[in-house]
Amino acid sequence: MIFWIKATKKLNPPANLFMLDPAIIFASVLNGLTTGAVYALIALGLTLIYGVLHIINFAHGAALMMALYGVYFLHEKLGLDPYVSLPIMVPAMFAAGYLLYRGVIGRASHGKDENILLITLGLSIILENAALYFFKSDTLSIDTPYTLSTVNIFGAMIAVPKVVAFFGALATTVVLLLVIGKTSLGRAIRACAKERQGARLVGIDVDHVFAMSFGIGLACLGAAACFLLPAYYVNPQVGNGFVLIAFTIVVLGGMGSFVGALIGGFLIGVVESLGGLVLGESLGQIGIFVIFIVVLLFRPQGLFGARA
Amino acid sequence: MTQRRQFLLNTAAVAATAALPLGARAQGAPAIKVGVLHPVTGALAYSGNLSRLGAQIAIDEINAAGGIKGMGGAKLQALLGDAQSKPEIGVAEVEKMNEQGASAIVGAYASAICLATTQAAAKYNIPHVVDVGVADQIVTRGLKNTFRFGPGYKITTEAAINNLHIMNTVARKPARTVMIIHEESLFGTGTANLLASQLPGMGYEVKEIVKHANPTRDFNNIVLKMKSINPDIVIPANYYNEYALLLRTMKQQNVTPKAVFSVLGGAASSFKFVKEYADAANGVIDVNHWYNPKDKRALALRKKVEAMQGQFYTYEVFLNYQCVYLLADAIERAKSSKREDIINALASSTWDKHFMPYGPTKFVNGQNTGAMPLTMQVLKGDIKVILPNTYAESEPVFPWKA
Amino acid sequence: MRSLAAIAILVVAVAALPLFVSSGVTLGFVTMVLYATLLGQAWNILGGFGGQFSFGHAVFFGTGAYAMAVLQMRFGFNAWLALPCAMALGAVAGTLLGALSFRYGLRGSYFALVTLAFAEVFRILANTFDFTGAGVGLQLPLQEGAGAMQFAGETGYLYLALALATISLLFAWWLKHSRYGAWLAAVRDNEDSAAALGVNAFRVKLAAITVSGALMAAGGAFYVQKFHYIDPHLAYGAAISVEALLSAIIGGMGTIFGPLLGAVVLHGLGELTRNSLSSAPGASLIIYGALLVLIIMFMPRGIAGLFEGKR
Repeated sequence: MIFWIKATKKLNPPANLFMLDPAIIFASVLNGLTTGAVYALIALGLTLIYGVLHIINFAHGAALMMALYGVYFLHEKLGLDPYVSLPIMVPAMFAAGYLLYRGVIGRASHGKDENILLITLGLSIILENAALYFFKSDTLSIDTPYTLSTVNIFGAMIAVPKVVAFFGALATTVVLLLVIGKTSLGRAIRACAKERQGARLVGIDVDHVFAMSFGIGLACLGAAACFLLPAYYVNPQVGNGFVLIAFTIVVLGGMGSFVGALIGGFLIGVVESLGGLVLGESLGQIGIFVIFIVVLLFRPQGLFGARA
Repeated sequence: MTQRRQFLLNTAAVAATAALPLGARAQGAPAIKVGVLHPVTGALAYSGNLSRLGAQIAIDEINAAGGIKGMGGAKLQALLGDAQSKPEIGVAEVEKMNEQGASAIVGAYASAICLATTQAAAKYNIPHVVDVGVADQIVTRGLKNTFRFGPGYKITTEAAINNLHIMNTVARKPARTVMIIHEESLFGTGTANLLASQLPGMGYEVKEIVKHANPTRDFNNIVLKMKSINPDIVIPANYYNEYALLLRTMKQQNVTPKAVFSVLGGAASSFKFVKEYADAANGVIDVNHWYNPKDKRALALRKKVEAMQGQFYTYEVFLNYQCVYLLADAIERAKSSKREDIINALASSTWDKHFMPYGPTKFVNGQNTGAMPLTMQVLKGDIKVILPNTYAESEPVFPWKA
Repeated sequence: MRSLAAIAILVVAVAALPLFVSSGVTLGFVTMVLYATLLGQAWNILGGFGGQFSFGHAVFFGTGAYAMAVLQMRFGFNAWLALPCAMALGAVAGTLLGALSFRYGLRGSYFALVTLAFAEVFRILANTFDFTGAGVGLQLPLQEGAGAMQFAGETGYLYLALALATISLLFAWWLKHSRYGAWLAAVRDNEDSAAALGVNAFRVKLAAITVSGALMAAGGAFYVQKFHYIDPHLAYGAAISVEALLSAIIGGMGTIFGPLLGAVVLHGLGELTRNSLSSAPGASLIIYGALLVLIIMFMPRGIAGLFEGKR
């Protein structure tokens, strides 16, 4: 047996050579960018909610989970392609967000940040277990014609759904920038984000603006779910895996900054990807949080945020 | 309640039922309470609910067939418990079951929860049948109340290595290099450590060991690594979601090793995976808990489970099903619902009316010594046992040509 | 003084409980309530009294838990010696984290997020090194006996939890009645004006997070002794951070008995809902979450707020 090992040893390249292979690094970076795009989509909604309401929305992951179920059932029951579901899911999630804020969060918070935090925590417990109760604990996924297809980008094979998500994230950011920058609602949102008392004094219905912001925040999740599901899955706990990373991106990009969330998402995606390549998938995650801590300590306004 | 009073009550009950005709007797015998404890909410909800399903089917069947005959047809009554995927909640549930008068407990799926619940049950001398809990520490602590029917990860991993070696030798050793991909908690890490320490001794080179988190959102990196290492065999040891993403990504990246050979989980022990990802599943090999495919009772149960809306016949289901039957057999022989008697009956169990490939039951230090996993492969869209030969339905296809 | 008397009554009542009650469920429930009180009070000292919100108290909990297990298993420490060492390490972790984040002036949600990130970093590290058992975790060997802090019955753990919870309550009482406590309150209410009055805000906050870390570490050490197993997820997972802040906020932040009230209500609700709907997975937790939301809706200042009247 020893002889046999010696005989075949030459056929295999040394295990650590691949680390230097530029093709792998290129593919890993591309993969990080496309994965980061999905993170960015989730972070976009969070950064808006954070920037305007100054609350940490613990229910963000649970809301993403509900959106994913929405996309799943539209596909299974009505045969709708996830991308065709976009015009349904985005308004639906917007309405859910608006009503949730009007009905529960705004009413229960009494203007206290720690209360909003606990309300969103309570909501996430309710949503997660409602999903468990109604949809059972199974992991569900959908099969589309393009689930397993890939695009060859200079030798790197990138899954089609991830390429779509990449452009989806870009488009969503542009739309958000237009809504916030060019519309009267956007002006009101910006006013409330900067100075809520002042906004109230000039006659802006602050509660309405907050509810709209929360609605838009969840609408982003509706889009994120449409782009995510073809390459992923849904179960009652699925959102938890994305919450922390979305917070990291929001902080990195600057709370309230859409461009920051987009670039932060790409950055975190690439760091995660390369970190996984160099340090191993489990330890590689540490890069994300080290960046997070360093940014918080030395540049808490984030890469693209203005100092609060 | 003191034992004396319990004894008097039991005697009275027996005396009373002895005088009654058979039909009424079944009604009169006091129910035997069995704790059915699983993590049915939280991160482990999927497995926990399947486990509960298996136990409940068994209890219903036993009751429908006349209950515990040695005790005047006494019915089994399930005390359902939810460990909420947390050890401390599992312990609180054991306390509750103790006061509700549980004669025994079946559960609690996850190793970390089993470690806590077996010990809490030991305090009250409640017999605890461990359904899955593959960590071997569960049965090596000298707890007299703990009985594990299935194999631990050491036995399973050793069987995996042996079977891999047999297949490779028969095929004239086309495979030599290995890449291990495992989840980061107790089961994946423990399995990977065993594999990594034993495979080199049998002539395999472990090229890479990748540990990943739960959940891991993306497997492209791991598959890129795989591409450059080009291992002959890929050994995953992880949970369903991550396994599914891994195989899907391998398909996308067009990586085709000579075998995907997973330990304790994977496509070839999951009808759900085979159904949902028929393409990616083809040819995959698993070493896992599995039933004797030639046993009609196992197939009957499969039919029963698959007739239910959206349910799959998984190892959680049939292991719990069998654990309840194991317990019922012990109660039958003990002719008593007393914990001490049931523990003694379990310890001396030689139960062989199961459909697992274990042979007659024999517990040594709480571990069923005959327990072993089987090796399966997905062939033509179905799961077939390929090793060991006694149970094999098909010849292994190795190396696999995509 | 009325608060001190109340603490004394609590201690006597709980200490006498095993004489009248033998139910493992009841004793276990009280034990877990006291344990949750300890966690909540640890959080409350920094978050409630000091106004520094932490989302990552698991970082101290896990440090205490791992210290307790590692010192016993790798260095042969006796459990009773390991407990103060674990608390000391928790204090050190608190000082370091505090020094770093307060030096850079992190407040509000920035501080909350940095603690969260530290807990994650520690989780990943514990998951990586063999020293902490990596992903396999550490399994404390069974060694029953009070000398090893592994009690045969529930009573021993009840007394241990009572002792630790009482220490935390007494510290909270001291905060209410000491000059240091007044400084801490001043820093919480307005850091700049406190500084103008000559209070060294940095050192005041640092002391608070140090004590908070030590108490939280005691909670981790207790967990290891009671459940004999720890892994990175149990030690440094977000669940434990949430548990700590939940009982403090629900009960009433910055109050002596808030964490105790919160712990009683939360664990009581947990038990009730879990017992009532055990056959429908998820249903009990839906109700639990809904009750949580309702409590916050109608008691914005926590349960303790009901007793204090309008401010």
